[in-house]
Amino acid sequence: MRRALIGACSLVFHAVTTEQKLSLLLPRRRLLAWAAASGALAAVPARAQIRVEITGVGATQLPLALGRFRDEATSGVALSSIIQADLERSGAFRVLGGDNSLDERSTPELAAWRSRGADALVAGSVTRLADGRFDVRFKLWDAVRGEALLAQSKLVQAADLRLAAHRVADDIHLKLTGEPGVFATRIAYVLRNGRRYSLHVTDPDGEGVQVALASPEPIISPAWSPDGRRLAYVSFETQKAAVWVQDLSTGERRMVAGFRGSNSAPAWSPDGKRLAVTLSREGPAQLYLINADGSGEPQRLTRSNAIDTEAVFSSDGRLVYFVSDRGGGPQVYRVGVNAAGDGGTPERVTFSGDYNISPTLSPDGRHLAYITRQGGGFRLMLLDLTGSAPVSLTDTTDDESPSFAPNGRLLVYTTKAQGLDVLMTTTLDGKIKTRLLSTGADMREPCWGPFGR
Amino acid sequence: MTAPAMTSPTLRTLALVAALSALAACESPSKITQPTPAAVETRSPVAAAATTAGGSTAATASATQAQSTVASVDLSASRGVGAGPGGAGAGAGAAGSTALMAAPTQRVVYFDFDSFVIKDEFKGLLDAHAKVLVRNSGKRLVVEGHTDDRGGREYNLALGQKRAEAVLRSLTLLGVSDKQVEAVSFGEERPASAGADESSWAKNRRAELKDR
Repeated sequence: MRRALIGACSLVFHAVTTEQKLSLLLPRRRLLAWAAASGALAAVPARAQIRVEITGVGATQLPLALGRFRDEATSGVALSSIIQADLERSGAFRVLGGDNSLDERSTPELAAWRSRGADALVAGSVTRLADGRFDVRFKLWDAVRGEALLAQSKLVQAADLRLAAHRVADDIHLKLTGEPGVFATRIAYVLRNGRRYSLHVTDPDGEGVQVALASPEPIISPAWSPDGRRLAYVSFETQKAAVWVQDLSTGERRMVAGFRGSNSAPAWSPDGKRLAVTLSREGPAQLYLINADGSGEPQRLTRSNAIDTEAVFSSDGRLVYFVSDRGGGPQVYRVGVNAAGDGGTPERVTFSGDYNISPTLSPDGRHLAYITRQGGGFRLMLLDLTGSAPVSLTDTTDDESPSFAPNGRLLVYTTKAQGLDVLMTTTLDGKIKTRLLSTGADMREPCWGPFGR
Repeated sequence: MTAPAMTSPTLRTLALVAALSALAACESPSKITQPTPAAVETRSPVAAAATTAGGSTAATASATQAQSTVASVDLSASRGVGAGPGGAGAGAGAAGSTALMAAPTQRVVYFDFDSFVIKDEFKGLLDAHAKVLVRNSGKRLVVEGHTDDRGGREYNLALGQKRAEAVLRSLTLLGVSDKQVEAVSFGEERPASAGADESSWAKNRRAELKDR
């Protein structure tokens, strides 16, 4: 009955900023202290704020009770607050206050929780081990059926406590909704602050921001390797567009495409061994395949007298979707890729409108999101490739660079708010959106990283 | 919600499996055998991470590195003489050229929206540059193509490239060797004018000819 009532109401829900919920922001303090000590990096955003907006009828939310994890205060990371924010932001949960005296060893009175309106209950603890690592444990109970559903223990270093909290939220999300959560994934994006550009990596809640690259020249088109360990991107540091690959944990980087003219739009093959890139070495922009370490000769994938760019691989590596203006205005096409890298004949995929760009493909290959130009504005569209007409997901007119989350259930993109470029996420029905903005700086070119960082 | 209730032995097994898989996930960073470019300065925040609550020392950090850590690279310290956005950069590039005549002062070709056609009014400018390049086979030029900021970045990068290549083609048709000129693009990344109106956009749709 309660669920039906929730379902029947339309909700507008504003979360307090994540900073207010967390008692300590350890990763950011560490980063800022390091930046201050080294005197470098003016590009770290002072305040990233997250705002959750849930609108629309029929947003069914599962009520879940969650208290503080035992000893989380001494660990320095407010795990329960991170978990709560993750679950609420997914739109699938309404988090109720729990009992701070419970932990994963407790035997709670589930019927009592049920009568307080909770369908599920979570309690846990975090214990510091002798070697400095932490043991994060939790238990999930189904208050309706009166039984425990899940118990987990995660051993992590201090620097990975936030990650552990995100993984707990993922476990809960998967168990209760049947869908994997993306709370432990990361989003890469470019921040422009005046004439400084930086490539950032953030948790999807906007916290734990780290800077992979800072540069006085533009950076565009970041792309995650399938194993989440490297980023490919375009940097103008050599006074032209060149493709670089950087190892995130070591900072080692290498230029993998610096041919004559412009080198851009890197896209990883699913096996992580090759990149599709846009090269102008033989004339206007065409697609080529190169080895991800830059070795060997590029293999040409498309042959047209037009602009072919913005390649993206399908999950099975057999198709490349891309943008081409061979028909006049830019449209999305797809072409088969065999082992030799020869393309077949490209097939057009978008037919509505005269300007369609920036394709991103869901992991199951079923949905294509892209940007369409309509009457001078640019809007995010979603196309079901099994055959219906495309639908718009926003009512804004400055949308750019969409990227699918690895569970195929969310998109990140940029749009303009208060004159600045901001990051947005949206569910595929357009109903649940979150906004991530950085005061005084433009956030652009987001790319959602894979599962399992 | 159909999972069975957890019994104690199952919980212990689960904890053991979880612990083992967590340990297995902590791999050492991959090694890259080729040297990184000399101009890059690399700093790793791993040392900073090691100062937190009794954690691992720097010596062990490389073997059991936290999965969250991103190493940071800062290119700004390596900047020497860099042309600012939209700057002429002529001072940096002219050194070494032994021009017998003064380089042409007009260096920008403007384009119509969505177009890479070179309008007649710029033919004289290209002629002047071609003459200089033909007479000085050691002289180098880069043509930088640009667009206004409407539209996608990658598509605009390609459009800017087409503008630069149109200028390059005109120069080669006038006898310039293509070894002397490279066409590159900045797309919408280096606007000459920041406004969001037609007069600003028109100033951004351009190709700049710069000495190297």
